[in-house]
Amino acid sequence: MYRYDEFDLAFVQQRVKQFRGQVERRLAGELSEDEFKPLRLMNGLYLQLHAYMLRVAVPYGTLSSHQMRKLASIARDYDRGYGHFTTRQNIQYNWPQLHDVPDILDELSSVEMHAIQTSGNCIRNVTADHFAGAAGDEIEDPRIYAEIIRQWSSLHPEFSFLPRKFKIAITGAPNDRAAVRFHDIGLQIRRNEAGEVGFEVIVGGGLGRTPVIGTTIRKFLPKQHLLSYLEAILRVYNQLGRRDNLFKARIKILVKQTGAEAFKDLVEDEWLHIKDGALTLPSEEIAHIEAYFAPPAFETLEANQPAFEARRFEDQEFARWVRSNVTPHKAPGYACVTISLKPEGGAPGDARAAQMEVVADLAERLSFDEIRVSHEQNLVLPHVRLSDLAEVWETLEADGLGTPNVGLVSDIIACPGLDYCNLANARSIPVAQRLTQRFSDLKRQHEIGDLKIKISGCINACGHHHVGHIGILGVDKKGEEFYQITLGGSADENAAVGKIIGPAFSYDDVVDAVDSIVTTYLELRRDGERFNDTLARLGQAPFKEKLYAAA
Amino acid sequence: MPLLKEGKVVEDLWTPLPEDAEPAPQGRIIVTLEQWQAGRERLRGHNGRLGLRLKSDQSPAQIVDDLHYFDLIALEFPRFGDGRAYSYARLLRERYSFTGELRAVGNVLRDQLLFMVRCGFDAFEVANENAAEAWRDAMAEISLWYQPTGRSGPSLGVLRRAALPSAR
Repeated sequence: MYRYDEFDLAFVQQRVKQFRGQVERRLAGELSEDEFKPLRLMNGLYLQLHAYMLRVAVPYGTLSSHQMRKLASIARDYDRGYGHFTTRQNIQYNWPQLHDVPDILDELSSVEMHAIQTSGNCIRNVTADHFAGAAGDEIEDPRIYAEIIRQWSSLHPEFSFLPRKFKIAITGAPNDRAAVRFHDIGLQIRRNEAGEVGFEVIVGGGLGRTPVIGTTIRKFLPKQHLLSYLEAILRVYNQLGRRDNLFKARIKILVKQTGAEAFKDLVEDEWLHIKDGALTLPSEEIAHIEAYFAPPAFETLEANQPAFEARRFEDQEFARWVRSNVTPHKAPGYACVTISLKPEGGAPGDARAAQMEVVADLAERLSFDEIRVSHEQNLVLPHVRLSDLAEVWETLEADGLGTPNVGLVSDIIACPGLDYCNLANARSIPVAQRLTQRFSDLKRQHEIGDLKIKISGCINACGHHHVGHIGILGVDKKGEEFYQITLGGSADENAAVGKIIGPAFSYDDVVDAVDSIVTTYLELRRDGERFNDTLARLGQAPFKEKLYAAA
Repeated sequence: MPLLKEGKVVEDLWTPLPEDAEPAPQGRIIVTLEQWQAGRERLRGHNGRLGLRLKSDQSPAQIVDDLHYFDLIALEFPRFGDGRAYSYARLLRERYSFTGELRAVGNVLRDQLLFMVRCGFDAFEVANENAAEAWRDAMAEISLWYQPTGRSGPSLGVLRRAALPSAR
């Protein structure tokens, strides 16, 4: 994985020192909260309902065991012993003290981490496929380009005061695990007819109040032009994006109002001016970054591991975990392990310090020292030998990390909601917790199969409800929490925005409502049909009928 | 309002042209885009140097052919968060080869100075009384950057990391 050189380290250390000065000015009363706000936001520090919240960047979701141990020790020393992994592959601490934050940032810089650009109207931490470098369907490792974009976008002088925040996601595989059609810019690595590798460029996707599926403005961008093309898009957006209305300021609105074709022309015109200029990526520069992401030294193994197969045959619980939490790896005899941070009754994405350390130890011993954070708020050990899976599972089980529910109905994405966030209308985490309790029967979960529930506590859609197969949106009705349900969303290569099924449900009734929808699906599905397939075949009517029959 | 150039508070030798005034004042005047468009023929004969002030929704792209009349361009930051002028500054320097004074006016904060310098600004109207000191601090805080921008030109390659020449 990427290692800081002297330059990166000095850059981050200067930044920490600068922020330490700003915090001192704030604590001494030289800066008002109003003046301090833009400065703290540029360093990932929010002021939430009850306390400050620090969001730490995990570039493209990749961590070493060393870094994970540091995250654990920060949780223990400066917070309440846990951290929260987010849908943007980052980690948030919910209870830091302001005067501790410069020290936390110093500690992070000692393991090549920071909180730069995890908030504010700038280019945010770039996200990528959490199986990058391990997936068999990958054309190239997207982290090479995510790292190049990270460097280019860090404290970019022209693009640090954009109309609104700006999110870029990149995937190297045709099976989209990075939701590239729901980002301000999505990049899909493609191979053209000549066999060259480049990018499909998608712009203007997003969730929030106005969910939009992104539009492809360039089918194939040769890789040496990646940065100049991004700079052209950002320059058009920086000049023309709306600044009069916060809710219409994202690039998706500009693309819609300009028209996708006209927007594309603006970008291409701008690009012609800068195309072969200083931003052209020399192939040596790409090779230099690529070397950091060279595949680890996989052993030559048999694809079939008899001891593993035997254990799977004999031990139903192990087999169940393998079925949901283990996915194929490109190297024979290896697998990717997803560690669920969605235990029954837990807050999605939360991990205690001790759990982070367990994961760090496993990664160090059994996964080439690599850990990933997935945008579905789970952790991944990307390179585990099949013959080590039983040991990994037993270790995880012992520390409450063995929940066999990845991709299943209780693997819920939820935003922090009204328990933490000052934008929220309704609680999200308790709804997720009650749903995991309702669907606690693992046998039933595995029968239901692949089904994604996503919960947002307000219209800003941080819980991605628009792209849940079942989406839940918290709304405020005369001071009472209600929940609107949408069906049929999808964040993968079959991108779709869910549609509202009908009147919202109360906090007490929402779990029954979801249960009814799932039950209807089970009654109606044909062999092999996933939830969205059944919905597409039959429409909302049968679900609606059951759901509102009693009312 | 103090004017900062090259790290020092200097006297502002320019005056804005008052609304509806005949360009009687001699010497260095700054006109708005509207004044320029309304009185272009007359202003071209102005006895002295001309500056142009652009609002944040007025791109220099719409006046490219006239840029050679101006020795100064002032770009407005109505709020510190309105970042359009960063793009305008780079266009002026890198595409339109504007070599006169590029002045940041409006809500110009100490913590933005470095971004502005890197986009090509070289003069700053700041509210801060201790402007020179603030400048020195701001310029010294970060000396490294990743992107080739501003007047550094095409010789500086992508991700060819560079150190800012020490505070000027």
